[in-house]
Parts: sequence; C-alpha cells; structure tokens
Amino acid sequence: MTTSKVPHRFANLHGDSGVQVGKTVGKFGWLPPVVFGVGALALWEVVVRVAGVPAFILPTPSAIGAQIVAQPAVLLSTSWATGLNALVGLVAGFVLGVVLALLAASSRLLSDLTTPVVAAASAVPIVALAPVFTTMFGSTTEIPRRLVVMLVVIVPVFIATARGLRQVQPVHAELMTALAATPWQHARFVRLPGAIPHIMTGLRLAAPAAVIAAVVAEYFGGLQNGLGSRISSAAANTAYARAWAFVAASIVLGLLFHFAGLLAERLVTRRTLRRTP
Amino acid sequence: MKGTSAVELVGVDKDFGEVNALSGIELTIGGGEFVSLIGPSGCGKSTLLRVVADLEQPSAGTVTVGGKPPRQARVDQEYGIAFQQAGLLEWRTVAENVELPLHVHGMAKPQRQARAAELLELVGLADFAGSRPSQLSGGMQQRVAIARALAPSPRLLLMDEPFGALDEMTRERMQAELLRIAGETGAAVLFVTHSIPEAVVLSDRVVVMSPRPGRITEIVTGRRPAVGKAAELDPDDVEDVRESSAFFAAITAVREALRKGHEA
Repeated sequence: MTTSKVPHRFANLHGDSGVQVGKTVGKFGWLPPVVFGVGALALWEVVVRVAGVPAFILPTPSAIGAQIVAQPAVLLSTSWATGLNALVGLVAGFVLGVVLALLAASSRLLSDLTTPVVAAASAVPIVALAPVFTTMFGSTTEIPRRLVVMLVVIVPVFIATARGLRQVQPVHAELMTALAATPWQHARFVRLPGAIPHIMTGLRLAAPAAVIAAVVAEYFGGLQNGLGSRISSAAANTAYARAWAFVAASIVLGLLFHFAGLLAERLVTRRTLRRTP
Repeated sequence: MKGTSAVELVGVDKDFGEVNALSGIELTIGGGEFVSLIGPSGCGKSTLLRVVADLEQPSAGTVTVGGKPPRQARVDQEYGIAFQQAGLLEWRTVAENVELPLHVHGMAKPQRQARAAELLELVGLADFAGSRPSQLSGGMQQRVAIARALAPSPRLLLMDEPFGALDEMTRERMQAELLRIAGETGAAVLFVTHSIPEAVVLSDRVVVMSPRPGRITEIVTGRRPAVGKAAELDPDDVEDVRESSAFFAAITAVREALRKGHEA
C-alpha cells in the first residue's frame, strides 16, 4: 500500500505531454522577447564599457558585431560546413532511430536487446567520443563529426518513436489481429501512423541538439572548416571578439534548426491528424 | 439459406485460470441466421464471440467457422467484426478505413476503392468517403465500422455490442439499418448485446446466457422481420415489429429466462 505512491513520481516521464503541437502566439507575441533581447544587449554594452571589463573576459556586443560585419563570407562558409554536418547527422540519426524503434517494437527479443543499449547511450556524453572517432577516421574527413551528431540524434528519436509505437489503442490492435495482419502491416497501417506525432516531437528535440553536437565535436581537432573549430582557434589566438562572432553564428544556426524542427512537427502533425474544421 | 452452417460450437469450455468463463457451449448458427447473445456482465457472451473470432482459444471443445477451424477462418477473412468502439483509424479517410481489410489482404487499389464506394453506398455514407472519421457522429462512425467489417464479403458478421455507446434514437435507427444490411448481404450475424428489445427485434434466435460458469440457459425465438421482405425493409416494418404483441411476448420470455438463469 505504501508502494502505490511510487509510480506517480515517474508518471510524467512516460506521459504524452511531449506532444505539443506548438502554442498559438498572439499577433505581437514576438515583441516581448525582441525588446528583452535588445535591452539585454544594450545593458551588456554599457556594463562592459563602464566597468572596464577586459576583452578576454567579455567583449562588447559592438566589438562582436564589428567582427560579424568584417567577415560575412567566412561566417557563412563555416556555418554552412557545420550546418551540413548537423543536417547529415540529423537525417541519418533520425532514420536509424525510427528504424531501430520499429525493430524493437516488432519483437520482444529485439526490444530487450536495444532498449537498454539506447538507455545507456542516453547517459553517455556522446560528444566525448569525437576525439576517438577523429583518430579512427582521420582528421581530413567530416565523418567523425557526422557520426557524433548521428549518435546524439538517435537517442531522443528512438525513445520518442518507441513510446509512440507502444501507444496503440486496444481496439486497433484487436482489429488488426482479427484481420490476420502481419506484424509489418500492423506497423505500417496502425503503429507507425499513430506514432507520427511522437516521432516528430523526437525530431524537434533532436534538431537543435544536432547543431550543438556538430559545433562541439569540432573542438576536438580535425578539419578547420566549421564554426566550432573557428571558435576554439580564435579563442586560442586571443581574438575574443572573433570567437564570439562565431558563437553568435552557431546560436543562429541552432535557432534555425530549432524552428525548422518545430515547423516540420506542426506541419506533419496537422496533416496526419486533421481535426474537425 | 445455405446448407453449411456459419458457426458450430461443440462442447466449448473456456477457463481463465481459476475462472470458468464458458462451460459446455453447444450452438450452431445457420447460414444467414441472426443470433444474439444476451446475459448479465460476466456471463461470457463476449468471450464466446472472441472464441469464434479466434481472438481467444477455447480450453476444450471444437469450434468451426464457415466449415474451417477458427484460425484458418480468421486468416481467410471468413468473418467481419465490429466492436463497441468503432475503432476507425484517424489518419485514413472514411473510404480508406472501409478499404482496410482489403488492403491487409493485398487487393489492388482500384478494386479496393470500387468496393469501398459500394459499401459506403450500402450504409448511406457515400457523401462522406473523403471525410476524416473525427468529422462523423458516433452513429456514422459505427456505420463505417460495419461497412469495414463487410468489406471482404464475409458470410459471417461478429458484432460485440456495436450500438452500446449510441443514444437510444440513433440505436433504433442503426438496428433497422443493420437488419436491412444483413438481409441484403445474406450474412449470418452473431450479435452480443445487453439490451433485450435490441436482441428480440434483430434476431432469429436469442441465446440467453448466465454467469459462473458462463453457459447457455435458454434459446428464445426472436422477432426479426421476415427475410423475404428484408431486401426492401424500411424502418416502418421494424417499427411495426416493435409495437406488435409477439414482440412483447418475446421480450417477456427473454426476461424470464434471464431471471431464471440468475436464480439458478
């Protein structure tokens, strides 16, 4: 009787609260964050100038801005290189995560094999594998970074997909049994379409994480063509404002992936579950 | 009616661990016959239907569906099934939901679509072929579920309280619909219900069951409108049945059988 309380502590871990199709923002919903952001930048500028904070601790936003304006081509090409790594890793990790979850759902044995591995993988700081991969594949290839991104992406996608696949209405499961559907037909007609909102939530969560992984993976050597490598080399050369300019570019890249993921989630979820007009 | 029986149950028992859900069930349903199972909760009427559908395995006895073992009958889609919940797939249109059994069975798309259009015509929902299930009322959704059950032209329709979640008016309309559909398709129907009038108005025979252990206590002749008229059956005929004295006599008979089973 005392144990009956315990599951509640973990109940929300498995709830479907993750299916958030995005809240409707009012007409001027964008205004408060923009005002806040501009205000924060202004405060930053004033504080750094008035207090005389040295540049190696914190450069002024105007100095960072000057760096951005000074080399747009480099910022663009490095963002492209990192963005492409993030995208390739995201797509590969997404496909693998969904396929693995499908396999896990199709048989008890595969589920028992894969689920603990993925659970363990979610506890591993996967970016820490970057130097190992660089040694394995050499420092003249993008493969190590893309591999890191892929591994980072697989975990949330697998977990979200597996959860979606498990949430089959009993009446649907019964129906497919009565129709003598094969496991593959069951997956294709019922489990997978029903899991799509969950899968898209997994993708939305994984998208910005892919950028973070792509940037951080570059800190550990290899090609010097991306944002992460430029951040670390600029910082090493005491070019602090330049380092910050690349940080700003990676923020923009991360936001881009975040909103793309959000958009994909909303579009797909709306298409599959069109409600009464 | 056809010579072969739609369902044959001989000495069927079903145990769930200690619980004796079904005991010594003997029942034969003829081709085109409409048989209702009625009884209090826990009398095993749903279990009996699920045994016929091969969703449960009997503990003893033999079950034959369309002359085949239940498993083979299920694989060959010898029966169509409808549950209390319509259970439509929200990501498919109404027509695509009706096509589902044919899709599972690998029928080509043009044939599937033609058959779905035919069935939606039959259940009076031709105008809603492209709609999403959530756009339909509960009664309409249940009609789609019936059309889906009929898609592979089964000789047997299994229905587990399909109108249980509908309001009384919709329910009576659906009963008239079902009688017309059963008449037009000539399919046998095994129908589980809680409602005495529903069982009487629909059935050729009403099978009364009692719990602990689940068994058949009596079989009462129902008041299904004559088969000859079924093809052009209109709701007024069903209304006439509902107001006839024979209908009330049958209801009384079922009620007494239920009470006897309860006391036993």
